[in-house]
Amino acid sequence: MFVPGMNAAMLRDAPLYGADSIMFDLEDAVSLKEKDAARILVHFALRTFDYGDVETVVRINGLDSTGCQDIEAMVTAGVNVIRLPKTETAQDIIDVDKVITEMEKKHDIPVGTTRMMAAIESAEGVLNAREIAKASDRLIGIALGAEDYVTNMKTKRYPDGQELFFARSYILHAARAAGIAAIDTVFSDVNDMEGFAREVELIKQLGFDGKSVINPRQIPVVNKIYAPTEKEINHAKDVIRAIREAEAKSSGVISLNGKMVDKPIVERAERVIALALAANLISKEEI
Amino acid sequence: MEIKNVAVAGTTESSDIMFIISQNENPNVEIDLQSAVEKQYGDHIRQLIKDTVQQLGVKQVKIKAIDKGALDCTIKARLITAIFRAAEDNNFDWKVIDSWNA
Repeated sequence: MFVPGMNAAMLRDAPLYGADSIMFDLEDAVSLKEKDAARILVHFALRTFDYGDVETVVRINGLDSTGCQDIEAMVTAGVNVIRLPKTETAQDIIDVDKVITEMEKKHDIPVGTTRMMAAIESAEGVLNAREIAKASDRLIGIALGAEDYVTNMKTKRYPDGQELFFARSYILHAARAAGIAAIDTVFSDVNDMEGFAREVELIKQLGFDGKSVINPRQIPVVNKIYAPTEKEINHAKDVIRAIREAEAKSSGVISLNGKMVDKPIVERAERVIALALAANLISKEEI
Repeated sequence: MEIKNVAVAGTTESSDIMFIISQNENPNVEIDLQSAVEKQYGDHIRQLIKDTVQQLGVKQVKIKAIDKGALDCTIKARLITAIFRAAEDNNFDWKVIDSWNA
């Protein structure tokens, strides 16, 4: 969930709504003359509030503006992830990685502690997504930023999302090839909950790991659509059980109800279990 | 730090605080606080402001604060922003600042 870095109340309340990840924004949501104020406020928030299991992300400004100061303030505050805006090339990632490394060394923080995410928001960025996704070991995911992207493509956003099909597909392929997460763009009309749900269904079908949201009202919709059904959970449990039984018997071939269980089925079952655990639909003891 | 200009930081939104910092002709720290939670937290906020300006090495300053129920971390963040702006200082040393709260 995007949270403006200047809003003191939202910095405090952000972990209450059930988002897996909170992204404090120092970039577009903060006016030029308030960059210092937001940076300092988010630093103190990160050092003060207990965000529990919720991942903390900060979208910094570009290195050509206040990016270096943002990185130092966030790395010293113990942020989990630094998110780059408008990533166009692998070099953008390498440059930010270098500054993070400098700051970790300067402040006696183990190098590699701070992770990175990249937002891809242009045709250039999409076409370079493959190299971007593999540019740093710190990188845990790439995200599509559709508002800037459609402007760059000389179009706008349409309800069916056809204009984003190539970008979404390419970013997903780049992320999967690099073994990192792919996060879809925001849906700006917070009053159109039906349109939002349709878009979440679509990006889940494509294979995205999650959806960026701009309002707490959107969170339950994403969580509901991404939560596995009871039938999916039961099947996944059966698969995991079958693997364990086969392992106990040192059997090379695994079967379930007469059907062979191969690697892709096991991987999908593990993902269903992980989602069910994240959605509190099952407990670890049940597996 | 020496106060060179009038500077403002923060907002008057709920859970925030706005500081207006200016030079003081008298050699002391003057605090004018208006707080929505004056009855319970007024003295605490004034002490927090005093401690923070002392840690920043500011000895002569006028501070006007309009508080809308800000938490301590917000009060510190806004005050530090306002003082640095008023002192026209960009040399932020997080090691020092974080050591105050260690």
